[in-house]
Amino acid sequence: MSQIPDHLRYADSHEWIDPSSPEAASVGISDHAQEELTDVVYLELPQVGATVSKGDAIAVIESVKAANDIFAPVSGEIVEVNEALADDPAPVNSDPYGGGWIFKINVGDSGELDSLMDAEAYRGHVG
Amino acid sequence: MSDESAPRPSPLAAEHEKLGARFAPFAGWNMPIQYAGILPEHRAVRESCGVFDISHMGQFFVEGPGATEWLNGLLTNDLAVLGDSEGQYTLILNEAGGVIDDLIAYRLGADRFLLVVNAARIEEDHEWLNARRPADVRFGDESDRFGGLAIQGPDAPGVWERMRSNGGEFPELPPRNGIVEVDGGHLILCRTGYTGEDGFELFATVETIAAWFRAALEAGATPCGLGARDTLRLEKCYPLNGADLDPGHTPIEAGLGFFCKLDKAGGFIGRDVLARQKEEGAPVKLAAIRLVDKGPPPRHDYPVFVPKGANPVASLTSGSLSPSLGYGIGMAYLPVEVAKPGTELEIEIRGRRFRAKVVKKPFHPSAS
Repeated sequence: MSQIPDHLRYADSHEWIDPSSPEAASVGISDHAQEELTDVVYLELPQVGATVSKGDAIAVIESVKAANDIFAPVSGEIVEVNEALADDPAPVNSDPYGGGWIFKINVGDSGELDSLMDAEAYRGHVG
Repeated sequence: MSDESAPRPSPLAAEHEKLGARFAPFAGWNMPIQYAGILPEHRAVRESCGVFDISHMGQFFVEGPGATEWLNGLLTNDLAVLGDSEGQYTLILNEAGGVIDDLIAYRLGADRFLLVVNAARIEEDHEWLNARRPADVRFGDESDRFGGLAIQGPDAPGVWERMRSNGGEFPELPPRNGIVEVDGGHLILCRTGYTGEDGFELFATVETIAAWFRAALEAGATPCGLGARDTLRLEKCYPLNGADLDPGHTPIEAGLGFFCKLDKAGGFIGRDVLARQKEEGAPVKLAAIRLVDKGPPPRHDYPVFVPKGANPVASLTSGSLSPSLGYGIGMAYLPVEVAKPGTELEIEIRGRRFRAKVVKKPFHPSAS
């Protein structure tokens, strides 16, 4: 069973976001998503300062087999990216909710956070 | 034609599901792409031993007094040099010298052959061969009767020793490129493969193939999917039919001239085009290209440019991260002017250009 922490929110497209600090909310991909991808070998990070809309493809994550988009779970401004992952994306697999965070976003509209799935709903989504 | 929307299950489907495989459609079949992951599976084959399901591949049996002469006129390599129980890599070409299929032809005995062909080309090969078949040659497509395993890696001979000691009377592995029939032809062992490592391919009836698969796992082979099969063969620059080989390119262009015996008695379909290319030079060459810097994995169809060039000179026929080497690799039919090792190129990935260069084949050196 993949891990689905209770304190996070989840998008249909399997990104998680930490709602506790909306000025710089960490975003990554869920344990379920990293299991599906397996072997992340390359990550193309978004630009710091970019203004993005919910649902935009803003980063690319690649396994040996395929390239996959990462979508903005909410609208806002990218305030930080996890540069370490550009050199070594392994934490996306090994620690998807910790060292595997991909970017931080200043959430434009906190209502969008509420519209995302909570852990229980996401369990149903992947189950 | 096979129905793309409903790919055929492998006779090993239940085994793959037990192992948690991820499946994808391949050549009309639903095949395992990976189990634990492409990287560990790739490593298992380079360092110890892996087992692949190759039940999708086709088996044709050819027999009759004119079989050698007839087949030799349709295949590029020279069957006449094969002794009994020996095999060779060879190709079927169209009249223009373009590749219909690449395959292994094994001589089972006098005027008796097994052809192991690509899954996606079974029907086309069958039609092509059958349409040209003389009355005294019998031709049987027994693809549906056989499942297959490729057991590959430096420890493959050890795995077979453990498999055959599990009961029953089974022979030793044949020598390199050799073949041995067991149990009246219900089991076939070939010392061949497509990973660049030592190993063998085992064909057994669909009723018995699952038992052989389980025996290989018990003997220490790691289950490997078609994902690792692709990275393993690409590191060795072995071409994949439908990607690196197609009817629009000749084996000379693909760098497979060694397997085309232009001077053999009787010639073969497509021979004259190859002879002309050999004399005048081919316009393009299937070249090995690596990314110079860290970058995204190159993939099929990505455009290739000369540095700062406005228009692509080619597109990648294959591409991947090389798990063994840690950088991006690919192949493309490059105009000969830019196909020499050392030539600088660029590969465009999602609108950005990445530095690349032509290198000598293969990417991954031989162990021996």
